[in-house]
Amino acid sequence: MRLVLERRAERSAVIAIASPLIAIALTLVTVAVLFALLGKNPIEALDVYFLEPLLDPYSLGEIVVKATPLVMIGVGLSLCYIANVWNIGAEGQFLIGAVCGSWLAVHTNGTDAGPWVLPAMLILGALGGALYALIPAICKVRFGASEILTSLMLVYVAYYGMDYLVRGPWRDPKGLNFPTTAPFDPVATLPPLIDGSRVHAGTLIALFVVMLIAVVLGRTIMGFEIKLVGAAPKAARFSGFNADRLVLFTFAVSGALAGLAGIIEVAGPIGYLQPDISPGYGFTAIIVAFLGRLNPIGILIAGLFLALTFIGGENAEIAMKVPLDLTKVFQGILLFYVLACDSMIVYRLRFISASRKASAANA
Amino acid sequence: MLNALGQILGLIFSVNFILTVITASTPLLLAASGELVAERSGVLNLGVEGMMIMGAACGFAGAYLSESTIIGAICGILAGAAMAAIFAFLTLGLAVNQVATGLALTILGTGLSGLIGAGFVGQRIVPAAQLHLPGLTELPVVGRILFGQDAFVYLSFALIVGIWLFLYRTRSGLVLRAVGDNHASAHALGYPVLKIRLLAVLFGGGCAGLAGAFLPLAYTPFFIPGMTAGRGWIALALVVFASWRPGRLVAGAYLFGAVTFLQLSVQGLGLGIPPQLMSSLPYLATIVVLVLISRTRGTAGSAAPASLGVVFVPDR
Repeated sequence: MRLVLERRAERSAVIAIASPLIAIALTLVTVAVLFALLGKNPIEALDVYFLEPLLDPYSLGEIVVKATPLVMIGVGLSLCYIANVWNIGAEGQFLIGAVCGSWLAVHTNGTDAGPWVLPAMLILGALGGALYALIPAICKVRFGASEILTSLMLVYVAYYGMDYLVRGPWRDPKGLNFPTTAPFDPVATLPPLIDGSRVHAGTLIALFVVMLIAVVLGRTIMGFEIKLVGAAPKAARFSGFNADRLVLFTFAVSGALAGLAGIIEVAGPIGYLQPDISPGYGFTAIIVAFLGRLNPIGILIAGLFLALTFIGGENAEIAMKVPLDLTKVFQGILLFYVLACDSMIVYRLRFISASRKASAANA
Repeated sequence: MLNALGQILGLIFSVNFILTVITASTPLLLAASGELVAERSGVLNLGVEGMMIMGAACGFAGAYLSESTIIGAICGILAGAAMAAIFAFLTLGLAVNQVATGLALTILGTGLSGLIGAGFVGQRIVPAAQLHLPGLTELPVVGRILFGQDAFVYLSFALIVGIWLFLYRTRSGLVLRAVGDNHASAHALGYPVLKIRLLAVLFGGGCAGLAGAFLPLAYTPFFIPGMTAGRGWIALALVVFASWRPGRLVAGAYLFGAVTFLQLSVQGLGLGIPPQLMSSLPYLATIVVLVLISRTRGTAGSAAPASLGVVFVPDR
């Protein structure tokens, strides 16, 4: 008896829908085992992690706050991954977007600049993210350099660049030597949507982005091109689609959305620029994109779920004294299960007996 | 300005320079060697960073608990190989996309190493012993460079020579390269493609784990979460830089070691250059090197193994 992988005659529609749910269920089981290994009551842990945040209005708001950047970045990345282009530097594009938008906020700080500041900041953020993402795209198209490695390297460069600015030229002189800029003026901050919660207008922008990308993917030639190049690169080439242009387009759009998410995060819930504005949104968004099956609506749901793991992780750290790193472990395990379950859409596992194999070999 | 230049030149032509470069290059060389073998068999494992940081955490834990560098190193190797086994199960067993799986491995490794290492942060161990040959190690200039290193350094060179011999001078090495260049033909000839790839991936994981263990066991005598700081990614870039050839890998690793040294020493000079600029130097250098190497080679004449990153499911 041996277990072998076999291609299905056609894609399994049932598994295509069930796969993210199976993956989440398997993750929960694994996590429960992990908690037991850490000497914690698994039932209590799962409750603190995944249920309690859903029962408390403030935590619910925090989930929405955290899901906002995840969904926005994830939707952009899904375009790349559908086209089989690997932008994994969204974290860097997020930081650069935050920096570019903050530039305006820092330089208009304390002046009587009008309400044009916030929209201009958002545009600058998106533009900065897009331009930063175009660096690896151009390196790939023009020189053939692997976009995976260059986009990742730029994350470190972005981090150090931002660190320099907030510790150096942009540091708040009245800030008691903390590495932060001065708090942004009211004209440079996103208004909260609900009193007593940090949910802000950026969430509406994220929802709009989800709808926009859904339309681009489902209703435009560009969306068709992206899907075709990813699914059948040869056919796309024969029909005259330009793969290089698509690399530039998907990188620019995903970079713009990551940059926009960055400036929204700074102008919304945070309110000033400081070195740790992201708990790894750009990387978690990769998981969001895959868990959401590279589909805008799926990504919206996946973003909320991963935001829950962030909040649950913070709760568990306080309530059960488990390290915050556990959240990353969950996220990694979840991505493994999602990928494995996705494979079952196209393939199936089958037991074959040694005798059947021998007869097959003789035939 | 001239004075500063003189200072930099003075630094470069010092024994200290060579010693620092060797320590900075060794983890890169170790990790990249393993990845080179895996990629030569046709598997692109982007999880080097995750395997390395697990090697660092488990290596330190092992060395701290057993008070032995060797046991620490073995723990590091096993941790790296265990991570590689997860990767192999998904990409080889379930035919999952290698890029996405590699990313998942890095995310998992970062979290898991933090969990394992949490209890050991702030602890110190005795750093790995350095070779001491009476008479030879005291020789001026070359003495400490050739005869005063720790075991990891000598091992990294033995490893790369061994890999070269294996790939180009043995039958198994030829088969491994054939599998990486054309898995369908290798399969048709009766070679067990998936089994060969599994071994190559496990070897790569072990090397990455050892490279990670080097950091807390020899580089600094303590563990810090995230201490690999992107070295795994640089190791991946080095394999591309080396055009998948062992000899060039040594040159590449030492070039990057030199960049690291420049970064550390210029910071010490106090020239008013922002430290953040110097810290981002290795990453910027990686991008420049990737662009230059890809440009000169062109996309058509790529030296990459032809089946690199392509999923293989044997037909029956």
